[in-house]
Amino acid sequence: MIRALALILSCQLAGEVGARFLSLPVPGPVLGMALLWALMVLLPRVAEAVTPVGEGILRHLSLLFVPAGVGVVGHLDRLGPQALALAAAILISTALAIAAGALAFTLVARLMGSRDA
Amino acid sequence: MRDVADIWSYLAQGPLLWLTLTLLAYALADLVAEALGRPPLANTVLISVVLLGLMLWATGTPYATYFEGAQFVHFLLGPATVSLAVPLCRQGARLRRAVLPVLAGVVTGSVVAMVSALAIGRALRLDLATLASLAPKSTTAPVAIGIAEGLGGSPTLAAVLVILTGITGALIATPLLNRLGIRDWRARGLAVGTAAHGIGTARAFQVHPTAGAFAGIGMGLNAILTALLAPVVLRLFL
Repeated sequence: MIRALALILSCQLAGEVGARFLSLPVPGPVLGMALLWALMVLLPRVAEAVTPVGEGILRHLSLLFVPAGVGVVGHLDRLGPQALALAAAILISTALAIAAGALAFTLVARLMGSRDA
Repeated sequence: MRDVADIWSYLAQGPLLWLTLTLLAYALADLVAEALGRPPLANTVLISVVLLGLMLWATGTPYATYFEGAQFVHFLLGPATVSLAVPLCRQGARLRRAVLPVLAGVVTGSVVAMVSALAIGRALRLDLATLASLAPKSTTAPVAIGIAEGLGGSPTLAAVLVILTGITGALIATPLLNRLGIRDWRARGLAVGTAAHGIGTARAFQVHPTAGAFAGIGMGLNAILTALLAPVVLRLFL
């Protein structure tokens, strides 16, 4: 458990350093995810050790957004007189993006005959 | 016996009180969502945020004090993002069979999210700095803040819009995708992760493990794509 946690944090650290050093537009943790993924694919023993710990952290992913969400409550006045326009833009564009993304995936999967097993 | 006010002022100084209340609020929200059969509207993030927001308001506690306790939870976002490699690895074979559909879904979702938000924003007369803060709203917060700053937007407003987008996506995804008749968990997850980043991904994990894994991929790829495309797309709306 400690070794798996240390590995996850090391990947994040390497990702933060790498993203800054190469001035990539990707946040450190996303780069760390790619790094851990590569390690897990290359070394099955790493995959075996990290899996239960990673799944444990992800089981409560929703919880981790609560502090940032509470911060938003205090900044809702930042939206000011533009609040309604912003709400409309967010609601409509998010619905369109979800629908378009899911339809594009389904269409290309069907064209390729790629069924989910 | 000591005065309640003394005890309060003692507790209010340390991180213990608000860390505990954050976990309790989430546990309560989870219990409520579970009891209702996890309908999309009973979103655990939304319920917890409303509960804690009311508590801060009622006690007159500043956010900085709250965050001293909540930062321990907030910190785990980084390790959790790294941990998304676990479901990706587990779904590896499935992912390799769906590389093209995944790319099609992420590119379409990403472009539609940006273009439609900016088009609606401009039609409703939002100013340029606000549009710049709105453009990256579908990506994960650290990326969105960086992009918004680079485009001349406000980092705080960008962060607020990111969170609102995530909650919106988590609330509407299930009924919307049901109405469209899309049953493929891969397509459903990918679309939600692309449009509504981590909060959408968290919702996808609550619904189905395959949806969660593909949501993680959508979130990661969209972070890269938006960073590359946002400056180009915003120029179209100048």
